[in-house]
Amino acid sequence: MKPQPIIEFTNFTFKYFTQAEPTLHDINLKIYAGEKILIVGPSGSGKSTLGYCLNGLIPFSYRGEIQGSLKIKGMETRNLNIFNLSKMIGTVLQDSDGQFVGLTVGEDIAFALENDNVARDSMRQRVQEVSRMVDMESWLSSSPFELSGGQKQRTSLAGVMIDDVEILLFDEPLANLDPATGKTAIEIIDDIHKQSGKTIVIIEHRLEDVLHCDVDRVIVINDGRITADMDAHTLVASPILLETGIREPLYVTALKYAGVAITPQMCAGHIETLKTEFSRAALQNWHEHIPAPDVRGNRPSILKMENVAFSYDGNRPVLQNINFDIQEGEMISIVGKNGAGKSTLSKLLCGFEKEDSGRILYRGVDIREKSIKERAEIIGLVMQNPNQMISKPLIYDEVALGLRLRLVSEEEIKLRVEKVLKICGLAPFIDWPISALSYGQKKRVTIASILVLDPQILILDEPTAGQDFRHYTEIMEFLVEINKLGVTVILITHDMHLMLEYTPRAIVLAGGKLIADTSAAVVLTDPRVIREANLKETSLFALSQMAGIEDGTHFVQRFIDYERRLKNR
Amino acid sequence: MNAKMKLFSYNSANTPIHRLSGLTKLICFLFLTFAVMYSYDIRVILAVMLFSILLMRVAMIRFSQIRVMVIYVLIFIITNAVISFFFSPEFGTTIYGTKNEFARLFGISLTYEQLFYQVTKMFKYASVIPLGMIFLLTTNPSEFASSLNGIGVNYKAAYAVALTLRYFPDIQRDYRDIYLAQQARGLELSSKAKFIDRFKNSLLIVIPLIFSTLDRIEVISNAMDLRGFSKSKTRTWYTSRRFSRQDVIAVVISALIFIATILVSIFINQSRFYNPFI
Repeated sequence: MKPQPIIEFTNFTFKYFTQAEPTLHDINLKIYAGEKILIVGPSGSGKSTLGYCLNGLIPFSYRGEIQGSLKIKGMETRNLNIFNLSKMIGTVLQDSDGQFVGLTVGEDIAFALENDNVARDSMRQRVQEVSRMVDMESWLSSSPFELSGGQKQRTSLAGVMIDDVEILLFDEPLANLDPATGKTAIEIIDDIHKQSGKTIVIIEHRLEDVLHCDVDRVIVINDGRITADMDAHTLVASPILLETGIREPLYVTALKYAGVAITPQMCAGHIETLKTEFSRAALQNWHEHIPAPDVRGNRPSILKMENVAFSYDGNRPVLQNINFDIQEGEMISIVGKNGAGKSTLSKLLCGFEKEDSGRILYRGVDIREKSIKERAEIIGLVMQNPNQMISKPLIYDEVALGLRLRLVSEEEIKLRVEKVLKICGLAPFIDWPISALSYGQKKRVTIASILVLDPQILILDEPTAGQDFRHYTEIMEFLVEINKLGVTVILITHDMHLMLEYTPRAIVLAGGKLIADTSAAVVLTDPRVIREANLKETSLFALSQMAGIEDGTHFVQRFIDYERRLKNR
Repeated sequence: MNAKMKLFSYNSANTPIHRLSGLTKLICFLFLTFAVMYSYDIRVILAVMLFSILLMRVAMIRFSQIRVMVIYVLIFIITNAVISFFFSPEFGTTIYGTKNEFARLFGISLTYEQLFYQVTKMFKYASVIPLGMIFLLTTNPSEFASSLNGIGVNYKAAYAVALTLRYFPDIQRDYRDIYLAQQARGLELSSKAKFIDRFKNSLLIVIPLIFSTLDRIEVISNAMDLRGFSKSKTRTWYTSRRFSRQDVIAVVISALIFIATILVSIFINQSRFYNPFI
């Protein structure tokens, strides 16, 4: 007889009061104690809602109508409140900055105990114990600003483990983390699972990254329904990922390109478990037969940095000795871990800050004397969070804003706004209020409101952060279109897929210095660059090694070339 | 003007003042503030002011940290002085009972009494600045909340205040980013624009700022709910400190200053005012 499940959804349906249709339909799901479960699904699939139902934010903070039953440890959750639930399920939220409640590590870990009125001395002792479990005991008095992304994750984890919960729920733990930190985060979760035997539920859409470590089952959610509940090997061998719009692991894509049919027997759920005897010959053959792309002729330089150095306070350099030359019509990415100087670099380009020494040249002319407003007509910057840019209620007004402030006549504004909305696929929404748009559409509005000024260069800060595969593809394909119109596109990112698929060239910053300026294939396979910039080696490289292909970088480059040809870019 | 621009933000250092508990500092702040607010004796006020400037030295607070605040308060004090002069130019003579006129302005007589009264009042307000600054800059926001809670303020309200202080630097950074991005779109906020335009344009910054701040609030309040905030009527504080001997000494000193001020008023001045004119 099977043991009693620790989490049990039975015919569970949930509808937000603010919405007409249920977000979750007829969910039936059993999770047993000690299991490690991954829940994947595209944005809007209901996977976060499912998480909220588990931890009690539904119906505590988000109201709605519940039908059917959800039992945790045999208790019906509708009879519990968020506080009872928080003693059984600990939730680690996606934004480890935003959820840092305390001012120091120790205080943050203690937060739940403070609310339980635990006396100061026993609280301090318990914090010591728990911080030891996550290796943070020597950081107790540090503030969040002194911590790396991984340490913040450890702190959040300790903050929920202090309650001795039996279930740990991770809501998109990889969002906002650079690739190397994301990898570490998954390893920390795995360690905790192995050591403590707690039940782990991970909600994520980045499948390949979570599958870096073992999971027992993967649950796929789409349109509020569970569409798959199986192990990772079976899942990647099935067509479900494709149908649902979840990115399959990159090495699986490569195998398919090589004409290999994926079967559960190949154990393709994790690159480490993949059995290559089925595919070695096919991969080698495929690799050798991809033609090299046509070499693009040199085009004139559009943006050049010469020996640029910058510091905020005059003694600690944030950028030093930066040299690069971007050609007209390029699509290029700037990568590096948080604090490497990426954002500062974009601020220098837009004139928000002035370089201390060196020169920035636009088509060979120094732009030092140009004001922020003048530079915006050459170099447009799209910020990461669209809410930081949108200041008008109507789409038309928002896009027209830059022109109105430049005193362009209303007739011309109308022409230009209509044109740019058409390019951005927003023409049908021209009279809509912005509040009615999805996140991805808002992002487009911000891009449109910059494009309307007709810049020659577009800089985008993390354009795809927090986007699922479908929206990611949408935004990126849109940027490719813009790029084809002749706009040079610079992407600041730590998304490795983006770099690999869309930008032939990448500039890598680490510690304020430029450590590489080369093709994406090289960046993602060079161990030194990977280490210094907190990146992660692409699984394509590992695949090539397993297939006995000597030059892994070359294999990755061929993959990129093949894909580009396939998508006709 | 950049990431280092920290108005109102706690700076951690290890000085005798920083080592005091937040509650002690709040009590001392209240005692000393009441002292200068009660007394109109310029000698007492100047003594307290000198004392608190000395404390600022001890706490290693530099003038650059409080410059903006000082400017705002000075503007307030001067406006206040001018307005109160025009409303009651004779108030000084009423208080001190004598009239020593030294000039006339638009038919209003300028008296030494009025001058003395207003100078006293200016110092009185000004002496609160160093006190408040010491408190704000040497007490970390969580300890601040725990000390408010310690004197009986509801802990939810106390926590709200602490979070506001805590997120101030972040919101300032957001503000600056938004400001620059909007400037790139052509926004003009300098004095070149007309007042009404400047007002309308400043909305272009405030609206995105509000929305991005609301995002922040939703995240933090969910995080707090999930970890049991507000489930019971009381809570304990990880950062609270045990009352040490230094704390007792500090409270006693400020209580003595407060009592001394009152005694000076009762026995030496026989009123709240010090009268040099008789």
